[in-house]
Amino acid sequence: MEQTPILECRNLCISYATRGGEIPAVIDFNMTVMPGQGVGIVGESGCGKSTVALAIMQYLGSNGYIKSGEIFFHGRDMRTMSEEELRSIRGSKIAMIYQEPMASLNPSMKIGEQLAEVPLFHEDVTRAEAMQRALELLEAVKLPDPKRIMDAYPHQISGGQQQRVVIAMALLSKPDLLLLDEPTTALDVTVERGIVELVKEISAEFGTSMIYISHNLGLILDTCDRVTVMYSGEAVEDGTVNEVFDDMYHPYTSGLFASIPLPGADKNERPLVPIPGQLPLPHQRPRGCFFGPRCAFFKDGTCNTDKVNMRSVTGQEGHTVRCARFEDIDWSEGDHAAVTVKSVKSGKVVLKVRNMKKYYEIRSSSILSMIRGDAVKTVKANENINFDAREAETVAIVGESGCGKSTFAKVLMGLEEATDGEVILNGEDLAHVSVQKRKARTVGHLQMVFQNPFDTLNPSHSVGSQIARVIRKFGVEKDPEKVRAKVNELLDLVKLPRDFAHRRPRQLSGGQKQRIGIARAFAGNPALVVADEPVSALDVSVQAAVTGLLTEIQNDLRSTLLFISHDLSVVRYLSDRVVVMYLGHIVEQGTTDEVFSPPYHPYTEALLSAVPIADTSVEQKQIILEGDIPSAVNPPPGCPFQTRCQRKIGSICETELPPMKEFKPGHHILCHLDEDVFADMEPVIVMHEKGEAVTVS
Amino acid sequence: MLILASRRFLSMALIMVIVSFTLFAIFESDKLAVAGKVLGPYSNTEQRELWLEQNGYNEPFLERYVTWVGNALTGDFGNSIQYKSPVADILWPRLGNTAILAGLYMLFMIPISLTLGVIAGMKEGSLQDRAVSIGSVLTTSVPEFASATFFSAIFVFWLGWLPGTSAMTGGFNWAEIFLPVFVLVVYGFGYTARMTRASMAEVMTSHYIRTAVLKGIPYRRVIMKHALRNALIAPFTVIILQLNWLLSGVIVVEVFFAYKGFGKLLLDAALFGDIYVIEACTLIAVFVAVFSQFISDIGYTLLNPRIRFT
Amino acid sequence: MTDINQNDVAPPSAIARMFKNFLLIRESPIAMFGFALIMMWVILAILAPVLPLYDPNTPLEPFKFPLSAARDGGHYWLGTDHKGRDILSRVIFGAQTVLVWATLATGVAYIVGMFMGVVAGYLGGWWDEVISFVSNVLLSFPVIVLYIIIITYLGATGFNIVLAVTFASAPGIMRIVRGLVLDLRTRDYIFAAQTRGESPMYIMLVELLPNARGPLIVDACLRLGYTTITIAMLGYLGLGLPPPDPDWGKMIAETQPLGSFAGHMAVVPAAAISSLVLGFNLLADGLREISMRD
Repeated sequence: MEQTPILECRNLCISYATRGGEIPAVIDFNMTVMPGQGVGIVGESGCGKSTVALAIMQYLGSNGYIKSGEIFFHGRDMRTMSEEELRSIRGSKIAMIYQEPMASLNPSMKIGEQLAEVPLFHEDVTRAEAMQRALELLEAVKLPDPKRIMDAYPHQISGGQQQRVVIAMALLSKPDLLLLDEPTTALDVTVERGIVELVKEISAEFGTSMIYISHNLGLILDTCDRVTVMYSGEAVEDGTVNEVFDDMYHPYTSGLFASIPLPGADKNERPLVPIPGQLPLPHQRPRGCFFGPRCAFFKDGTCNTDKVNMRSVTGQEGHTVRCARFEDIDWSEGDHAAVTVKSVKSGKVVLKVRNMKKYYEIRSSSILSMIRGDAVKTVKANENINFDAREAETVAIVGESGCGKSTFAKVLMGLEEATDGEVILNGEDLAHVSVQKRKARTVGHLQMVFQNPFDTLNPSHSVGSQIARVIRKFGVEKDPEKVRAKVNELLDLVKLPRDFAHRRPRQLSGGQKQRIGIARAFAGNPALVVADEPVSALDVSVQAAVTGLLTEIQNDLRSTLLFISHDLSVVRYLSDRVVVMYLGHIVEQGTTDEVFSPPYHPYTEALLSAVPIADTSVEQKQIILEGDIPSAVNPPPGCPFQTRCQRKIGSICETELPPMKEFKPGHHILCHLDEDVFADMEPVIVMHEKGEAVTVS
Repeated sequence: MLILASRRFLSMALIMVIVSFTLFAIFESDKLAVAGKVLGPYSNTEQRELWLEQNGYNEPFLERYVTWVGNALTGDFGNSIQYKSPVADILWPRLGNTAILAGLYMLFMIPISLTLGVIAGMKEGSLQDRAVSIGSVLTTSVPEFASATFFSAIFVFWLGWLPGTSAMTGGFNWAEIFLPVFVLVVYGFGYTARMTRASMAEVMTSHYIRTAVLKGIPYRRVIMKHALRNALIAPFTVIILQLNWLLSGVIVVEVFFAYKGFGKLLLDAALFGDIYVIEACTLIAVFVAVFSQFISDIGYTLLNPRIRFT
Repeated sequence: MTDINQNDVAPPSAIARMFKNFLLIRESPIAMFGFALIMMWVILAILAPVLPLYDPNTPLEPFKFPLSAARDGGHYWLGTDHKGRDILSRVIFGAQTVLVWATLATGVAYIVGMFMGVVAGYLGGWWDEVISFVSNVLLSFPVIVLYIIIITYLGATGFNIVLAVTFASAPGIMRIVRGLVLDLRTRDYIFAAQTRGESPMYIMLVELLPNARGPLIVDACLRLGYTTITIAMLGYLGLGLPPPDPDWGKMIAETQPLGSFAGHMAVVPAAAISSLVLGFNLLADGLREISMRD
């Protein structure tokens, strides 16, 4: 017998009414969710994936509306339901989990109260019963000390715990369908892993169907049975996870996979291939196929004439693709320029960091602490930092929030002074020299590319004037004509048209802004460039291009690149050496190969296991860390990682800071574990190919 | 909490000390001028010197300040030059009259502005929102002395419904207090209403309201339980701090309607040069302002758990 | 994109850009209406000397109602006051007074408040403590008390009114600017300026302040309206500019007791003030709405 789907969207079109007229956000969208199924929606920002979720909830705001099409929930069209019917479904039959847990919880209401509301208004229960149910659910989502959390306000618990509360809230009345809108994007990788496992476990236990919305292909692979790929408001490919991940037919899907650094990617053999151009704005969508202008297989007369419809792939029922010529595409042609990272021989040591420490003092003004005499607390943001970076080398600094990587960058740039130790750049100790006291040449030799493209440029000044200011400031050129020439030269360097000099930052896309940021950093022929998560805020398809550009310029100029990141996939692809930090300590460092293969520091091991990988042939060892990263204000005694360590051996971890053990020259691990434990470690990421296990990392 | 209160209290005391010292320095550092004010322009220098000697003005400045503060704290503000009687005797009844005026103002303004603000902010861009917004811009554009002119022209001179002055010569009279309060409310409600509207509109677009709606709880409860509590934090502080601005309106209204209040006393003293009355009135006005700030700070902390528990 | 070679396009000049930004107010009818009200008064004030008006200070025929004929064959369009002065002329010349002093006072208050705010917000530490404390002390005075003290102590002159408005408004402006700067200073472009060794002065003036301009323009409009009220109120209370120049507030004060038989004498200047303030408030409202759209 045919099962009725939990949810079905038919030819759904959603628009927003704006002053400039109607803006179609989602066009002709179809989706079916069967009981117990997990369906993923994947796409870049602005593709309409969150709009779909909000439309299902019938919550599109004052200017959004469903233009045409139907949404059936248990066979009933939700558009015909009354406000009261919708209310009785929301929260009880369909529940949602949101991207920002902090913002999603009422700041002035106790958590228990907020949870209890769900059963109170959907079921016939007393207040005491509702509170009891809330408490049980908090236990079910594995929150420590649920009684305390019931009585707490949202800001009193950590981000990971907040998200668990939101999940508990969503599950309270055992919904049939769970909508997850980027539920882990705001969280650290190791915390994300815990949440994803929880979601999987619970949906299996309750038999809940899921719609999982994410930009991260790896997470979709981990959680879903089916997946819909969206681009510019349309679904472009739909099928089971295996069909879409292994046997994709849409050029956008394949472009997406080619632009993310999978373990199989290799600088030389399988280089990253960025998708050129950028996502069109809704009112600038081209005729025919929306992906046409960026597509390598674009064919005039076929792709830019009629609206393209979803068509089935022969032999794969249910695998549909929105491409006019997917059967005809010869995948070997239409090659985009790949990101090539030349293996450059590294030169002499440029940066030498020795026993660098950075402590902050925070004054607590509570009377209690004044009485106890600990009014001044020391935060050890950086503890004993030691490493070298050579000319033309890429050194990655990896860690999650609170690990001290930003503090380190600040000391290096001269915005903070080191508490102790040396930071030697080309023979000059800069640890205690603030940027104001550094010579113009030194400042120009040490520059930075920032994380957030949206505020890396000053919105009040033109792009050209901002680059020119840097050129003059570093004393590269003084003469106005020459400065202008140099500005043009830098724009050429980052592959942007010269007339961009006259533009304002708001006229640029995120990727273009980041290119200007790179041009600015390289204006003074820097010896060392610090790139702080330079692509993490960009869309996947743009990331590869910007990363490629950055490394290309760095190679050509033989600058040293300090690449700060939490994304191990990119790090593995790009860097020569890796430094792993946790709570202010370097816990492991070595060449990329050494760090990515056993022996590992337990934290490195957990990180590697936590990174979502969008490759069906990869198997990851499951290591789920307990709890959250401790606060740097209140670090645990002994080993910094002991509170979450999966390999903790006993009291020694809680009392003594572990020794730095050397495995190979340059490969160090900060750990108490015995040599034979290290020797027995197995690789975390294993890749299966043609039936046999091949270790790639 | 206690710590915060005591810290605020200390800073309040510090501000009062600085303010009183500045006042004293402005009005009484030039001893001869003080004597001139008290004894009148036709007194000669010897008379002035003598008066200064008799009234302890030849002590060092700081000592005089301390004495002055001590007297002020016990309610002795000296003698009014204009009325030739102790300042305290004139001050307290006047302050009482103004308290009635301000109290009635608050009584009407608060519910009107909060209700209008919440209604407008609940649905941003709706008809009721536009009506409240435009209405409040209109009323806040007409200062009290202008609206008092308009309203007396209509209600007093044209329709003849209300008396044009509020001197209360025959005791307290509701008809006489109506126009002064009305004028204050018309000018004053708009600011709080707009503030409430903005705060409510922001809360309504917040993610936790979305969570509450999508949790499936009734709309009434979303508004009452989730939105109002958070939306009223900002207007609460504004209402209390309004006391600071209210005094301007109070003075204007008291002058316009010849109401015997604190504001009129201060203004008359300023125009006459009655320094002891000015000092007393200023001290009281600043004390009320600083104290309201204190209340507003404490209230804000109590209302906002994000600050209360950190 | 057009086919024109983009390299040949000259960069738009600063003035052209300002003009283009200014044209944005056409998007809001409210802002346009407010702007028209203000411009009406500005133009009348500028043209006052060349308009066919009676002298604002010469007594002609007292207690004439609006539209009544004058002895010399002209008209008193808005009537005359108790001393026989032409009200239309007094209102228009009064606009000169209030516009000049309100703009000047608000401008000075803004310069002082902005400087205090950007220093307190960006430099922080002791700068912030001191500036914030001074502001708190000033803010603890009810504004009217501040005016009364300054004007009775220093005398009622234009300069002292500017001073009094500055004392009363600068702390409020400082708080707004400080708040904006505290937010802006965490942006990466500020970090970038710091890492290339820019001086704090450069960062404050070139990197920070231009980005705070949006909310500040709106606030400045509101404050212009409020200063207009303040100046008229001081005139009404007898603390305003010295005679004989016409002053809207004083016009109301002088003629208000005579309202029972010649109401127009006070109603006309009251309407004048209200319309000008309304202009500022509507412009501010419209501008805020426009800035929220982006």
